[in-house]
Amino acid sequence: MKLWKRTVNVRVGLLYLLPSIILFGLFVFYPMAKTIYLSFFLTNQNGLPVYFNGLENYTFIFSSDEFRNSMKATLLFVVYTVPVSVLIALIMAILANEKLKGVGFYRTIFSSTMGISVAASAVVWLFLFHPSVGAFNNILKTVDLPAVQWLLDPDWALLSVSLTTIWMNIGFNFLVILGGLQNIDESLYESATIDGAGYFTKLRRITIPLLSPTLFFIITISLINAFQSFGQIDILTKGGPIQSTNLVVYSIYKEAFVNYQFGTASAQAIVLFGVVLIVTILQFKFGERKVHYQ
Amino acid sequence: MKMPLSQKILFYILLTVFAVLVFFPVAYAFLISFMTPQEVLMGNILPRSFSFGNYEQAFERLPLLKYLFNSFVVSTVVMAGQVLVCAMAAYVFVFLPFRGSNLIFFLFISTMMIPWEATMIPNFLLIQGFGWTNTYMALTLPFFASAFGTFLLRQHFLTIPYELYEAAQIGGVGKLKFFWKVVLPMSKTSVITLGAYSFLTTWNMYLWPLLTTTNDTVRTVQIGIRQLQSNESATDWGVVMAGVMIIILPTLILLFLGQKQLQKGLTQGAIK
Amino acid sequence: MERVKLENVKKSYDKQTEVLRDINVEIEPGEFFVLVGPSGCGKSTMLRVIAGLEEISAGSLIFGEEIVNDIHPSKRGITMVFQNYALYPHMTVAENIGFGLQVKKLGKQLRKEKIEEVAAMLGLSDYLSRKPRQLSGGQRQRVALARAIVNEQPICLMDEPLSNLDAKLRAHMRSELRRLQKKLGFTMIYVTHDQVEAMTMGDRMMILDKGIAQQIGSPMDIYNYPENTFVATFIGSPPMNLKKAIVQAGAPAIRLSSTITLSVEAELLEKLPDSVIFGIRPEHLVQPVEGSKIYKAPVVNVALLGNETLISLDLDGEEWICKWGGQWHYKVGQSLEFSINEEEVCLFDPETEKIIQKGMKG
Repeated sequence: MKLWKRTVNVRVGLLYLLPSIILFGLFVFYPMAKTIYLSFFLTNQNGLPVYFNGLENYTFIFSSDEFRNSMKATLLFVVYTVPVSVLIALIMAILANEKLKGVGFYRTIFSSTMGISVAASAVVWLFLFHPSVGAFNNILKTVDLPAVQWLLDPDWALLSVSLTTIWMNIGFNFLVILGGLQNIDESLYESATIDGAGYFTKLRRITIPLLSPTLFFIITISLINAFQSFGQIDILTKGGPIQSTNLVVYSIYKEAFVNYQFGTASAQAIVLFGVVLIVTILQFKFGERKVHYQ
Repeated sequence: MKMPLSQKILFYILLTVFAVLVFFPVAYAFLISFMTPQEVLMGNILPRSFSFGNYEQAFERLPLLKYLFNSFVVSTVVMAGQVLVCAMAAYVFVFLPFRGSNLIFFLFISTMMIPWEATMIPNFLLIQGFGWTNTYMALTLPFFASAFGTFLLRQHFLTIPYELYEAAQIGGVGKLKFFWKVVLPMSKTSVITLGAYSFLTTWNMYLWPLLTTTNDTVRTVQIGIRQLQSNESATDWGVVMAGVMIIILPTLILLFLGQKQLQKGLTQGAIK
Repeated sequence: MERVKLENVKKSYDKQTEVLRDINVEIEPGEFFVLVGPSGCGKSTMLRVIAGLEEISAGSLIFGEEIVNDIHPSKRGITMVFQNYALYPHMTVAENIGFGLQVKKLGKQLRKEKIEEVAAMLGLSDYLSRKPRQLSGGQRQRVALARAIVNEQPICLMDEPLSNLDAKLRAHMRSELRRLQKKLGFTMIYVTHDQVEAMTMGDRMMILDKGIAQQIGSPMDIYNYPENTFVATFIGSPPMNLKKAIVQAGAPAIRLSSTITLSVEAELLEKLPDSVIFGIRPEHLVQPVEGSKIYKAPVVNVALLGNETLISLDLDGEEWICKWGGQWHYKVGQSLEFSINEEEVCLFDPETEKIIQKGMKG
């Protein structure tokens, strides 16, 4: 009886946790283990492992030009999108944090891309990039510049996809950074004003340091999101031309659901997992020291 | 503090420049959605007339209403399920801690580091094995548990004074009743934030519905727009853009209504 | 050093709610001037107006001979200590103190010397490399103080700087602040809602209510000669006893209650309307004095404080308090005999609530 009473928290607690435990187990932990398992096998059409071949899948993907190219494209994509989208969102948030009339209207506009899905964004940009009727080439034409094959030229395609992605991410980044700015105590600025600090001094000495936890958070999220990009690739380029935009998730998707190579696809998925894990750990290790002051 | 007029004007100019850049694609798509193929071809900026012909066509060529309905059902179910499952878990971590509950919490949080795409192959095989392809089950159930949601709600629950829980215990209020009558109402802001966020992300989900729907029964609008585009792009951009406008409207409205809430909730969850 | 002068200063938000209505005051150089009033009276707004953090809606703010309405806060020769101290959480104590100097492009060596000097003055020398979160409340308060002092401006503004400290530390900081201000000789404009702080620290004070300056003067002047019933009850603890009384022209007398009537000289009677608000501080309801009139009222409560006793009386349903030195053991329901120190009676107009007469002598 006593034991029964003492363990009431455990029993009720586990009951309340049960849905989460089952769902995480079924749809996260089990599949994660299964992915690792599959990555050591050759599979048949139905995804059943038929032949254990150890690390063969890994040595295969790392020696394949296709996968190495995919990793390179992914890294470039991350480098193109993350810093720019955070920086632009930061500038916009700083502007929209001023106490001006009608600033709410601008905030709404700035955050709007968060409400637009990947698919819809990609379709809109697909049209903007259209070689003959798209807005960008129309603009180039009016200033007498040669048309650009935005999505068909291997030198341009990754940049075009990156541009689309930056635009898509701005809304969310903006909202988060604006929230961080509004958490900064107004009296700090007032005190600095009395001391004679100008706009940029306040920005450099107060705003940016105090915003660093938010920036740290948004950079981590953006990095992870960038590694996971899929929808815009599927609609804009399908990984082409000549695989210049074959980002890792698209590569996994193709390998698994077009080529039915679940083993090698799983090996790629494990690499993706490893990269995201390392990014997260590095971020926390280096970020922790720099941003924790409170 | 009065801002000098010159500075004010500069701020407005910069704000406007950014607003135009950010909103240009959407505004342009909106204008295109009223154009005939000929107008699009000529590179016009303004449509000749604002008639809804393209919108009617979009509904005719695809079962858009059906897709909208599906998206709405899926998003609503995920929203409700996620809030409930996460709130229950967060409740335990804050009010019913036991030996090992911290470990479980860490285990939950660690799932944030597993990109969902890394597990999609076994997940797909699992859903196929259950025979759930082309069902709402496949699109909703896997997303009920969320590390982010549990974390967000836990952070808010921590701000509820523990004395309230103790008082309820003394007053003979059961644990379940305390959860429904005190914790959830007191955390309205976080619950709404999480709800809006999960609705938005589910509505916008792309890869998973692409894998698990092979016909129109439960297919969502995101996949619908992909179809519309690949069927029509060569000829009729006006209709495609009309479709885009239709599918972004619900989430834009939701975002505009909940913008303040979302921004507050997200940063709170993020920073603390 | 400059005189701070406010002339017909008004402040309103969105042209509707008036926070300050027509403030006129001159603050002398080197003076410790306290703005006191209940919350929402406009005292913080007035301080922020002087600092330049808020614009003035009408009137002029004059430092010396110059109208500074449109002068930038940093050019007004002021420093300010905020209620929450406004310390930069990411900077060390030394960086916090030196921020203003650094902004003013002072050399590194000079800056260091000044920081160390001020830190020594306030007992912060050992904490210079710490961050604000590693300090106690009192230490943070000192850092905020150091930051204000180090800039060596002639005017220092403080917005309830002691309200986040515990009672003991607060009492200590009061005297320390006061000492520091006299030593360094700057003008202090100090906002508080605490009347004890105002009484003990200020050379002069202004009592604000609903955006209107109720009275300006030295603490003792204000205590002894309150200009209206608001000031009379706001300053002093327990507050002045007030009661509406009827003036009887025939007797001539003031009828305070069914049992208490004070006779009035004819000269005074001329000044009085039909009724007055009769005010007397608790310490002026004294033990019966031989030769003066003795009154009686039933005791409703007795609070023994050790060195003094607060005895509550019932006057036709209104509660009055007498403050007597020493310990007095009365029982509830007993009848208390007392005299009224007639020189200290304040008579207020019941309409305007302004004072008509101090003392019962014409």
